[in-house]
Amino acid sequence: MFSKPSPARVLSRSLPEPRWRPGLAAQPFHSEVFAPAGEASGAGLALALARDALAATAGEGEGADSRQILWVQDRAAIRQGGRPCLAGLPQDLRHRLIHVAVATPEDALFALEEGLKCRDLACVIGEIAGNPKALSFTASRRLSLTAEKHGVRLWLVRLGAAPDLSSARMRWQARAAPSAPGRWDPAAPGPATWHAELFRARTHAPGQWSLSDDAGTLRIRRDPAPDTLAAPDPRHLARPTVGRSLAARVQA
Amino acid sequence: MLLADARALCPDLAAVPGDPAGDLATLEKLALWAQRWGPWSALDPPDGLLVDVTGAAHLFGGEERLLADVAAAFAARGLTVRAALAPTAGAAWALAHYAHRGAAILAPEDDPLRLLADLPVAALRLDDDVLTALRRLGIKRLGELAGVSGAGEDDSAREAAARDALRRRFRNRHSPAANPLLRLDQLLGKVPEPLLPVIARTIPLVQRRLMEPLRHRTPLDTVVADLAADMVRTLEARGEGARRLELALWRVDGEVLQRRIELAAATREASHITRLFAARLDGVDAGFGIEMVQLRASWSEPLHLAQADLDAAAEDHGTSLAACIDRLSVRLGPRAVTRPVLRASHIPERAQSWQPPLAPVPASQQALAFHTRPLKLLDRPEPIAVLYASPDGVPQRFRWRGAVREVVRVEGPERIAPEWWRERSTTRLRDYYRIEDEAGRRYWIYRAGLAGDGRGGVPDWFLQGLYA
Repeated sequence: MFSKPSPARVLSRSLPEPRWRPGLAAQPFHSEVFAPAGEASGAGLALALARDALAATAGEGEGADSRQILWVQDRAAIRQGGRPCLAGLPQDLRHRLIHVAVATPEDALFALEEGLKCRDLACVIGEIAGNPKALSFTASRRLSLTAEKHGVRLWLVRLGAAPDLSSARMRWQARAAPSAPGRWDPAAPGPATWHAELFRARTHAPGQWSLSDDAGTLRIRRDPAPDTLAAPDPRHLARPTVGRSLAARVQA
Repeated sequence: MLLADARALCPDLAAVPGDPAGDLATLEKLALWAQRWGPWSALDPPDGLLVDVTGAAHLFGGEERLLADVAAAFAARGLTVRAALAPTAGAAWALAHYAHRGAAILAPEDDPLRLLADLPVAALRLDDDVLTALRRLGIKRLGELAGVSGAGEDDSAREAAARDALRRRFRNRHSPAANPLLRLDQLLGKVPEPLLPVIARTIPLVQRRLMEPLRHRTPLDTVVADLAADMVRTLEARGEGARRLELALWRVDGEVLQRRIELAAATREASHITRLFAARLDGVDAGFGIEMVQLRASWSEPLHLAQADLDAAAEDHGTSLAACIDRLSVRLGPRAVTRPVLRASHIPERAQSWQPPLAPVPASQQALAFHTRPLKLLDRPEPIAVLYASPDGVPQRFRWRGAVREVVRVEGPERIAPEWWRERSTTRLRDYYRIEDEAGRRYWIYRAGLAGDGRGGVPDWFLQGLYA
């Protein structure tokens, strides 16, 4: 009997790439990011990965993506890590965020699954603190199957959790890393930087990267360069002159 | 007069609190009920009703019988009424409020000015300051205002002179309640007076009376599914979709159980409604049985007929956003699913509020682009112990949640002053610092106040946000 293959299987056959890098076309439907509870590195990396996936899988002819993003947090995650701050989100996500605050991990799993079933969502981001009993292997398998059936991607941030059994297609261990010094104020904290370890993936080899958020794009940060001037700006402060100034001529 | 003064004069005075909103609601109900005498009725707050009985009086046997019927019907409800009938709304109002008993009918062939000349000028529905002006001018009766004395051969000339005087005196008053001439013309029927009729709007309601009382969940689910299908048909006929649905279950012992759901967008989908109610019917105690089930759409919005989805795959593949939000908010509560929106405030925790996810986002000024804000804000800032070189200098080391962290890199301070128009004068300003510790964790901390600002002792430090 002929049955339609799920979109996950169709997509994942396209490009088997042994080594992960940002901007791959084949993106997993269910990822987990393990992060310490007292920092926002987990949510930051999940958001950066989600934006990377959205940018990599967006169609060429379509306009700006206006689908909503569902962000689910349980009460312990809100208490330990706070709620998303609108002014700190990337500019193109500020008007697209729907936040769900639930009391228990069971409710969080329900909200995640309902979000994955919704065809109008761009992606779902979840934050669950610790290793609750409800988030068993069965529950994670259920999330994986739902995500692959409906084609909505899920990034689940596990705050302060031990990496137990899970069926997530890619599993990351993230923590904050010292940022590159800014060009204009070396004493100030630079752009967001994470140390990310991919310790379990179906299609890629495990590895470690130092990832940074370069004006909304996820990049692999090279080794700390000797010339600190090459560090990216947190924002684009300098405007290119149009060939009139002497300084521009000298640099060219 | 104050209530205390009135009580001093009359100790056994009964005082009842006023209820203007309730009075208006009662008046609206009365207006609908009064449509038994005419095709449409209008409100005249706070205590009047206008009913158009044009061509309807013969159904009651004439004008006198009609007014007698009105008086009897109101008396049967325990209400005292002064009823009057006239060709114009203004004349009827004047007669009802100021006429003597027995003179409450103004026939079309009567001259209204002659018959109403004895009424006070307040019968024109004028504002208080206009009445004061008229009283100072010595004009007390309608006849004096209109220049009608009763009998005389030069009457028309005096009438024209009075009209001219009124028009000059009130030439820049355009509101009818401030212009006696306009009111006089409305009373005489020379100028049209538009009235806003009261129209009853029935809410969509479907119900099932059951032959046998239901005691089990399965037949109840069937009944709810039937009701949802009926409701969808009713709504489709009206071109509307439901936003709020109320399910009432009548038990045999007279108890009524209510279940209510609110929907994120207008919907007309029976399976969706059934599914949402199924989640809310878990705690229903049927007792000796449920004998009647009623479903009402107490809030509905226009929803046009839409083409059903031709692509069957789209229906298999997931729900729409509104349905997803409905399912979430029915199980998790209406306040769990929200959307953050900007608010006009400098204080970080106040600069963002949460609203229903599909409500329109209010227009707001964007935040300044050169501020770097954290990705996450804690619900309430957590106090930290800070080691610093100087009290108003940058922090060097701090303790948060039991761990000491070395501050490696700092940017700041960014000073955010308290909003003096909203807060007490003793609220302290905040100096925000963006810091990074030796492991690369980035935080947003602030010092509440300065050392010598006279609003308390040594300033405290708080951690409010986490950078990605």
